[in-house]
Amino acid sequence: MKSLSQKRRHPLAVVALLVMGLLLTGALYSVASSANKAKADTGFSAADVTAGQKLFVANCATCHGMGAQGSPAAPSLVGVGAAAVDFQVGTGRMPMAANGPQAEQKPAQFNDTQTRQLAAYVASLGAGPSLPDPAMTDGQGDATHGGELFRVNCAMCHNAAAAGGALTRGKFAPPLAGVTAQHIYEAMETGPQNMPVFSDANISPEGKRDIITYLQTIEKQGSPGGAELGGLGPVSEGLFMWVAGLGVIIAFTIWLTSRTS
Amino acid sequence: MGNPSDGAPQHGGTVATAGQAGGVFEDPGIPPHRLRLSDTDPKAAKRAERQVTALFIISVIGTVVFLVSYFAIDLGPTSTVDTIRTQNILLGLSTAFAMLGIGTGIVHWAKSLMPDHEVSEARHAVRNEDDRQAAVKIVDDIIEETGIKRRPLIRNTLIGALALAPLPALAVFGDLGPNATDILRHTMWAPNAQTGKKVRLTRDPDGTPIRAADVTIGSAFHVIPEGLNDLKENRNNEKAKAVVLLMRLNPEDLHISPGRETWSYNGIVAYSKICTHVGCPVALYEQQTHHLLCPCHQSTFDLTHECQVIFGPASRPLPQLPIEVDSDGYLVATSDFHEPVGPSYWEREYS
Amino acid sequence: MSSTPTSYQPPTKVGRIAEFVDQRTGLSSVTREFGRKVFPDHWSFMFGEVALYSFVILLLSGTFLTFFFNPSMAETTYQGAYVPLRGMDMSVAYQSSLHISFEIRGGLFMRQLHHWAALLFVAAMSVHMLRVFFTGAFRKPREMNWVIGGVLLILGMAAGFTGYSLPDDLLSGNGLRIIDGVVMAIPVIGTWISMFLFGGEFPGTAIVGRLYVLHILLIPAMILGLVALHLIFVVVHKHTQYPGPGRNDRNVVGYPLGPVYAAKAGGFFFIVFGVLAAMAAAFTINPIWNYGPYDPSPVSAGTQPDWYIGWVDGALRLMPGVIGDIGGYRQHFEFMIFNQTLSLNILLPALVPAGIVFTVLFIYPWLERWITKDNREHHVLDRPRNAPTRTAIGMAGFTFYCVMWAAASSDLIATHFHVSLNDVTYWLRALFFVGPIIAFTVTKRIALGLQRKDREIALHGRETGRIVRLPHGEFIEVHAPVDEYKRYRLVAFESPLPLPAQPNAKGVVDRRERRRAKLSKWFFEDRVAPVSPAELEAAHAHGHHEAIESAPAGSGH
Repeated sequence: MKSLSQKRRHPLAVVALLVMGLLLTGALYSVASSANKAKADTGFSAADVTAGQKLFVANCATCHGMGAQGSPAAPSLVGVGAAAVDFQVGTGRMPMAANGPQAEQKPAQFNDTQTRQLAAYVASLGAGPSLPDPAMTDGQGDATHGGELFRVNCAMCHNAAAAGGALTRGKFAPPLAGVTAQHIYEAMETGPQNMPVFSDANISPEGKRDIITYLQTIEKQGSPGGAELGGLGPVSEGLFMWVAGLGVIIAFTIWLTSRTS
Repeated sequence: MGNPSDGAPQHGGTVATAGQAGGVFEDPGIPPHRLRLSDTDPKAAKRAERQVTALFIISVIGTVVFLVSYFAIDLGPTSTVDTIRTQNILLGLSTAFAMLGIGTGIVHWAKSLMPDHEVSEARHAVRNEDDRQAAVKIVDDIIEETGIKRRPLIRNTLIGALALAPLPALAVFGDLGPNATDILRHTMWAPNAQTGKKVRLTRDPDGTPIRAADVTIGSAFHVIPEGLNDLKENRNNEKAKAVVLLMRLNPEDLHISPGRETWSYNGIVAYSKICTHVGCPVALYEQQTHHLLCPCHQSTFDLTHECQVIFGPASRPLPQLPIEVDSDGYLVATSDFHEPVGPSYWEREYS
Repeated sequence: MSSTPTSYQPPTKVGRIAEFVDQRTGLSSVTREFGRKVFPDHWSFMFGEVALYSFVILLLSGTFLTFFFNPSMAETTYQGAYVPLRGMDMSVAYQSSLHISFEIRGGLFMRQLHHWAALLFVAAMSVHMLRVFFTGAFRKPREMNWVIGGVLLILGMAAGFTGYSLPDDLLSGNGLRIIDGVVMAIPVIGTWISMFLFGGEFPGTAIVGRLYVLHILLIPAMILGLVALHLIFVVVHKHTQYPGPGRNDRNVVGYPLGPVYAAKAGGFFFIVFGVLAAMAAAFTINPIWNYGPYDPSPVSAGTQPDWYIGWVDGALRLMPGVIGDIGGYRQHFEFMIFNQTLSLNILLPALVPAGIVFTVLFIYPWLERWITKDNREHHVLDRPRNAPTRTAIGMAGFTFYCVMWAAASSDLIATHFHVSLNDVTYWLRALFFVGPIIAFTVTKRIALGLQRKDREIALHGRETGRIVRLPHGEFIEVHAPVDEYKRYRLVAFESPLPLPAQPNAKGVVDRRERRRAKLSKWFFEDRVAPVSPAELEAAHAHGHHEAIESAPAGSGH
């Protein structure tokens, strides 16, 4: 999850990195148990856990340690919950392909069953956010309220049209089009990488459902005004005017002033 | 190239040109006229005529499509985005065809069928020396007839009167707004002056109070003062000063300077969300690096060092809101901000 | 006018109408003056027209929008067609903008047409000014018209900005907040101006209505007046023309206004309209429904102004507010003067680059005239390569502008090229200072190189790519000589020498004059002289191989 190669100006960064292991084991565990009405996942069978452990040892333990207790290279996974595993592995962010400012989305390396087994194993290590209730990801909430919550809590990083945006030092908030409702829910709940955690005490499950509804609504309806030009705002509009608009106009002026043969 | 029409040859410039040693080329004149296909071949001319007509007919079709789609598709409070988009595309493209048909038709007509002989027209002097002399004389005469030079009292009182005349306008402009810089210092976070009741931190936009236990490590709450949503007037004015970002860090990560030991609670800190640069909401919180980033001009603040500026155009740290927990476990503001929030201004004093 | 109907019976229908009108208005003299007025034809002369036509389209679409827009900041609850906003509290201004977009037939089209036309309006004005600068069209007698053009550009930016702020959406609200922050940084009177502008604290309830008056009344009226003045000057001066055979400072060569030029110019209006209509039909601009109503708390990633304000926003981004810890203290650009606050981190980038750009722009015609002492009228343009130093100065200024412009999209450069936001800023900070110098040097070298190439072509003709083996075994490439018209285009320019310091009326060379002489040297020392007939003669005497090709071409020497 955390990259070592990332340059930091801050002297505290080294300390922060070392504290990270502690922070995520101890603090997240206690936090999760108090705030996220954490419960040990009961939907997983013992076979899932065993299979997950095998996958974990083969694919994840190099960085996260044999017992998922973390290492200087990667945080502990005790208490991160099934939701975090499903998000990180399901979107292909984990296992990380290379060190970079942040883990990037790529085609998932594990299929749904394997992802579920990994989630079962990590969930068995300590209580954390579980997989979301399907009723909360059905996109049948209140789009207006979701839009309001989205603009207050999400738009500053992900852009008002969910087109993504830049963070410091090469990190970025990805565009949200095409991300499944379940993964969006899990991201809010677990706060992957530099994204803050939006626990149920901050945005209620119904609020998260509304946000998902809003995102699905705007993605599905498209823009009433035609092609969106990336949804990036005035920069893409200005660029389009200078390149395409003025380009066509100049082509016309050349035709207009040329002599007919 | 000479000095064709300056009218003042003595100021013709003293440009030192070169290359004259071997003489200059003589102007061969406008190149001979080249006939177009449509000038010589009646078939080509007929073809051009048909093309122009076709373009005008395209324009007519465009106009008809516009009218049809305008009346066929009605919009109202129940229109769907699909309907709106369809109408926009139909109206826009039909207008485009109507206009481009006329435009390209006329231009094609001019290019292929109208005479295309280049002609030369002589330039005339921008001014006429006689006119100038006459004009100067008239102005001189007018000034003389007013007697303004001979009667300085009239001139001076007129200047005085004209200089004072705009003052009422300035006075009127003074009514555009109050100049009350002290309102910039106060926000809704100050405890009630009578009861001393401290203001609770509530969630933006819903206005529900926040317990300290709700704020888990790594989370970020967007916060407004309790009662903001109930304001009847000036709600946006108050909100523009009072919005706060609430985060919880591991207490060991916080570097607290003397005097601020009681401003945070168990690693929970609250900072003004209004950038000290030019006032955008600094809302981007990176929970691993503990940086706050402003999306407008990229000022970056280090949360672990009391929001000192570590990058970008801002000069001052974000103001911190002192917080504590009330008897019910909810977060409240101990006092107002200790300094004005937002961008700097002339009358702002350092706290 | 003095003729009476009984003494003159017009034979044609046009004649009868003319007679009726002329007796009452005397307009025949105007037709006589303008009917066949000659206009030179070149594609680069069309940008002024593009700007004018976009302005007309702005007036048309803008009038439509005023019928439905309500600039009130009173609160209301949305109950319109756009589902994801239904039930939101918002200002009437934003609600009426949504109403125009979703419930007025053709309203969204008009909004998008208006906004695209605004972007094109300022872009066309900018390109027009670049063309005028690089071809030297601002020289005497057109200096005043250049200044009017500069004022029009500023007014165009003002019109755009006031319009951008009207819908009262989240993007425009945050834009206004930035303006408020910049205004507050003005020493002594900043807070007053801010309070006057907003009718109290930001955001208040007055600003949209006030900007609306500026946007639909004051600024368009000023633009209209200056456009009229601009065009009157074009008529007085007659249009400039590119150098070429038959063209000189005493004539103007082109097509008569009627019918060809009028048809082309008139048709071009419809073409510009058509292109903008197509853009408004198919491409979303300013999707206010995404941004939501203005609320002081949220902000969207990618909050930027429209492109023409971008360079000022970019300058704000480039300025470091803190320059690190020096001598144990944090050094920043905000100072205390007699217990008052001076925010140089905002003032410097907001005022200095714009000040430099517009000051140089406005005084440049006089500056060049002073340096070159060239007080003649110029109606024939310079090809940019034939004025290498001016072209280089122009490119340096353009680069300066573009660096700031790029800085305004530093976040999008970072996400789209997968580089660090901070690194983009560091690079652009360096380019802000170095870029113009590099651009100056490179441009001047390229211009001089192109001039040498022109000389080469004028002397030896065009390379044909045909290799011929002569009887004695030598291989040569055949050069086709250019005809005398093409050659004249290549040789008909001035290449002035630096003008040494001249004594004034008292016979003294003063310090100011010496400084001018130094600048003149800098301006003209690198020069390539045009080919002279004697040189051409000499080249032909030596270039026996050209005899092979030039005989059939028959160019007469």
